[in-house]
Amino acid sequence: MSLKPLVNTNTLTKSALTLSVLLSSYSSSLVADEYEDITSELTGYVALESRYFTQDALYTGQDDSSYSSAFNLEYYRDWDDGNQRFVATSFGRYDEQDSERSHLDIRELYAWRGYENYEVYAGIRKVFWGVTETLHLVDIINQDDAVEDIDGEDKLGQPMLSILMERDWGTFEAFALFGFRDRTFAGTNGRLRTALPVNTDEASYQSSQGKDHVDFAARWSQIYGDWDLGLSQFIGTSRDPQYQTITNASNEATGLSPYYAQIQQTGLDVQAVYEDWLIKFEGISIKYKDEGRNTAAVGGFEYTYVGINESVMDLGIFAEYQFDDRYGDKATTSQNDLALGTRWVFNDIESTEIISSISFDLENKSQFISLEGSRRLNDDWFFESQARIFTHTDEDDGAYALRNDDYIQLELRRYF
Amino acid sequence: MKTLLNYKLTLSTLVSAGALLLASQTVIATDLSEAEQKGLEIAIEADKRDLGFADNSTKMTMVLRNKYGEESIRRMRSKTLEQDNDGDKALIIFDNPRDVKGTAFLSFTHKTSSDDQWLYLPALKRVKRISSSNKSGPFMGSEFAFEDISSQEVEKYTYKFLRNESLDGRDHFVLERDPVDPKSGYSVQHVWIDTQEYRAFKIDFYDRKSDLLKTLTLSNYNQYENKFWRADNWLMINHQTGKSTELNYQGWKFSNGFREKDFTKNSLARAR
Repeated sequence: MSLKPLVNTNTLTKSALTLSVLLSSYSSSLVADEYEDITSELTGYVALESRYFTQDALYTGQDDSSYSSAFNLEYYRDWDDGNQRFVATSFGRYDEQDSERSHLDIRELYAWRGYENYEVYAGIRKVFWGVTETLHLVDIINQDDAVEDIDGEDKLGQPMLSILMERDWGTFEAFALFGFRDRTFAGTNGRLRTALPVNTDEASYQSSQGKDHVDFAARWSQIYGDWDLGLSQFIGTSRDPQYQTITNASNEATGLSPYYAQIQQTGLDVQAVYEDWLIKFEGISIKYKDEGRNTAAVGGFEYTYVGINESVMDLGIFAEYQFDDRYGDKATTSQNDLALGTRWVFNDIESTEIISSISFDLENKSQFISLEGSRRLNDDWFFESQARIFTHTDEDDGAYALRNDDYIQLELRRYF
Repeated sequence: MKTLLNYKLTLSTLVSAGALLLASQTVIATDLSEAEQKGLEIAIEADKRDLGFADNSTKMTMVLRNKYGEESIRRMRSKTLEQDNDGDKALIIFDNPRDVKGTAFLSFTHKTSSDDQWLYLPALKRVKRISSSNKSGPFMGSEFAFEDISSQEVEKYTYKFLRNESLDGRDHFVLERDPVDPKSGYSVQHVWIDTQEYRAFKIDFYDRKSDLLKTLTLSNYNQYENKFWRADNWLMINHQTGKSTELNYQGWKFSNGFREKDFTKNSLARAR
């Protein structure tokens, strides 16, 4: 390990701590009347993260370790007897190794108003749809902030106008989505990237309106006793790109450019609860403009042993099968895969939790292992660790470019 | 589709069963022993005295203490909406520790079937349906189990009157209650209910092996709306581990005018 990252971390730690001290003194003045009727609040966290890659980098410019710091700031204000709200959330990361991973995003910046029979949102929001654990197929409103994590759970804020109504027949939401967000990708110096780096500046769009294309989405959801059901429709720019090779003057490939097609996607998500069992299913049917229709699905169960060995600990076991009939340039890594996992919840004061999972590609036998552990240190400090291991990664597998990118990540967070 | 249709049948059966519930109780009651009959009557009277509260809201502070006396603080706010012929609907919003701030929990308790529960995870903006069969598990790492703090419905136990006993100068009925649900962490509970106002002042919890596990002591009762009694201080001591949790309620409010739409998955995701 060189000295350079160590020096950087020191300055990062200092600036992070200064920031957290500044913010905690500011937020505490707001929180002073915490148990009066809260109408506004500023909260958030600062975090230090380190990643260590256990195998040698495959591509030049990459390093075996990296340090980064991040912050998340959330503000909200309620007024008009709780019928109006303003929310602003921003997230930023500084990564000393990968300039593409250093980024700032407005996760939320919206106004909400509740009327007697409906609700309206205007601005930037994050919206989650779906029920499964190992793959999120139905969830389509927000673009992946893929430099944050490879699990597809970190999202970029999406500008929108949306309306929501709750009736006896269910909850209905309609969205008009303005301004397409490009997916983020690791840069040339970052790990967890494709052999040819993705150049986001070269992105292209099937729609002649490019990023200005207005997307529309709608979702109906309802609870039927032990069943939660959702049906959704999306018309607009696909969040998942296909890739085209960028070549230089001498016809050498220098990178990949993302291409975003126009799609119509119908989604179904279902969850049922039966005693200690949760049964989950998500399915999508995607029609690519000027092309055929494709299908993808994920489904499985989660079973929880409550109080293992007479203790207060719970052990959950989950299994999900993933299917996707997209091949060629639209291929995903979950075409015919099985994911198995355990969720070990200690139920202690520190909320210790360990989640492990392994997924198998049933065709090319590639495997991916993920371990995540988290524990509270005290009221304000939180510790999280993860390990990701790519084993037997087949040449034909989507994760082949990541075959040497096994890593261990530690993150320390200070909330305020 | 067949399952869905079946489900609809179950729903309508449940609704009519709800209406018949009181009637069926009196029918069953004739088969009970004298002590069981008296125990059930006391439980029904205690329940009746709290009927019609419509809704309430409160703030809670939980102090968790380990056997060395080290403390950890949890803060929450809760809203409850009374249901006709069913268990209450409740929404709990977590404020402290900071890493769980913004997390919220929605439950529809039911008199006989298992409860419906959802959890809102603010980082992912995700509402997740969870299994309610973890009722015996600790709530927020405390000595309270989910089943200790959820809506106490008459139908959730069978009863037996044990004796009258004086406690802190008050006269009490001592009841034994046996959880109907096999998923309960308890074999039986012994409850001290005062003979004047039918308020619980003490509960002994016996584990599945019938050993004394925990004792809950309730104090600082206040009356609201000239009818409903609520205790501000709940102290739970675990005799087997030496740990304890003190649950303090602040600012009980009744007649908030809460509506059904304040207790939905949508309102859960918006709860602050």
